[in-house]
Amino acid sequence: MAFIDNIHSLHLDVLKEIGNIGAGHAATSLSKLLNKKIDMQVPDVQIISFAEIMELAGGSENIVAGIFLRIEGDVSGSMFFMLPIDQATNFAKGMIGDDSIDLRHPPFGELPLSALQELGNILSGSYLSSLSDFTNLSLYPSVPALAIDMAGAIVSYGLIELSQVSDYAIVINTAINEENTCASESVNGHFFLLPDPDSFYTIFKALGVTVDD
Amino acid sequence: MTEQMTVVKVGIADMNTVKTPNSIRTSGLGSCVGVVLYDQLRGVAGLVHIMLPDSSLSKTTPVNIAKFADTALVALVKKLERLGAKKNCLKAKIAGGAQMFQFSGTTDIMRIGPRNVEAVKKQLQQLNIPIFAEDVGGNSGRTIEFNPENCQLMIRTVNKGTSVL
Repeated sequence: MAFIDNIHSLHLDVLKEIGNIGAGHAATSLSKLLNKKIDMQVPDVQIISFAEIMELAGGSENIVAGIFLRIEGDVSGSMFFMLPIDQATNFAKGMIGDDSIDLRHPPFGELPLSALQELGNILSGSYLSSLSDFTNLSLYPSVPALAIDMAGAIVSYGLIELSQVSDYAIVINTAINEENTCASESVNGHFFLLPDPDSFYTIFKALGVTVDD
Repeated sequence: MTEQMTVVKVGIADMNTVKTPNSIRTSGLGSCVGVVLYDQLRGVAGLVHIMLPDSSLSKTTPVNIAKFADTALVALVKKLERLGAKKNCLKAKIAGGAQMFQFSGTTDIMRIGPRNVEAVKKQLQQLNIPIFAEDVGGNSGRTIEFNPENCQLMIRTVNKGTSVL
C-alpha cells in the first residue's frame, strides 16, 4: 500500500501548520541571534517526486551549505536547513565579524563552519522543540552535520529512508529571510522537514486527525 | 561538424542511454552511485543513477528498477543491447558513493554510500562487465558527464575541481 495515496488535503493542512509553528520559532531564534528582523513565508507542503525536491533546493548542482540532522523518538525523519552559499558566507561574516571569510572556495576555515553548525543547531532545536510541545511527541534530534556541497548530493542523503518505500516525498518547506534588505546581503534559507513514512500516522494521530486505511 | 550535440540528463533513480555524438550526464551524486556502461566500438552508452544497493530493501511494488543496483544494471544492459551494443564488449566506469555527513553513531543506513559501491561492483562482476575506471567514496558530491565518442568520464566536485577518467 502506498502511504501517499491516503494523504488528503486535510492532512497537508495539518502538516502545513506544523511547518508554520516550527519555522516560526526558528525564525524568532534567528532574529535574536542576528539581532535583525526576519520574515517567514507561509509554509508550503507538497507531495513531490525526488527530482522535484532537487529543484526546490535550487537545482541539484547548486552549491549550498546544508545542515542535516536525523530525528528519532516517537517520530523519525530527516531535517535540512539549506542556505545558498553566498548567504552562508554573509551569515558567517556577520556572526564572527570577519569580512575576509569566503565560503565559495575551499579551504573553509574551522570557525565559519562551526558558526554555521551552531546556526543549524539553534534553528533546528527551536523548530523541533516547538513541534514537540505542540504534538506532545518526544523528538530527539541528532547532532547536526554540516556539508558545503551540491544540493542534490546533500538532499539525496535525507531521502534514503524514504526511497525504500516510495518515489515521492512529503516535503514541508519553509523559507525564512531577512526583512528589508537586498537579496545579496540578506540571509534566507529553507527548512525541509522530511518525516519517515511510518511517522505520518503518528503525527496525525497525535493531532487527532484520522487516516483511513 | 555540423551535427548538433546534446547532453542527455539523468535524474535521481533514473536511467537513460545515448549514441555518439551526444553525451550523457547526471548531477548531484552524493551517496548515490552513477554507473556508465559503454560499448566503444558501437558508440553507445548508458548511465544510471542508483540510490540503494538492493531491491529487497524496497517495501513497495512495483519497484522503480533504476533505484536499485541489482535491478538497474540488468535493465541497463538490456536497454543497451536493444541499441546495438554487444554485452561482452561493455565496459563500466563508476563514480559516487560518498559519505556526505559524518555521524558518530553510524548506522547501516548512514553507510549507504560504501554499500552502494559494493553492490554495484558485485553486480558488475556477476554480469561479467569490467570496471575500467572509478572515483568512489570520499565525502564530496559529484556531477558526472560521459562522452561515448572518446569514452571519457568527466567528474566535477565542489571541493576538488574537475577530473577526467
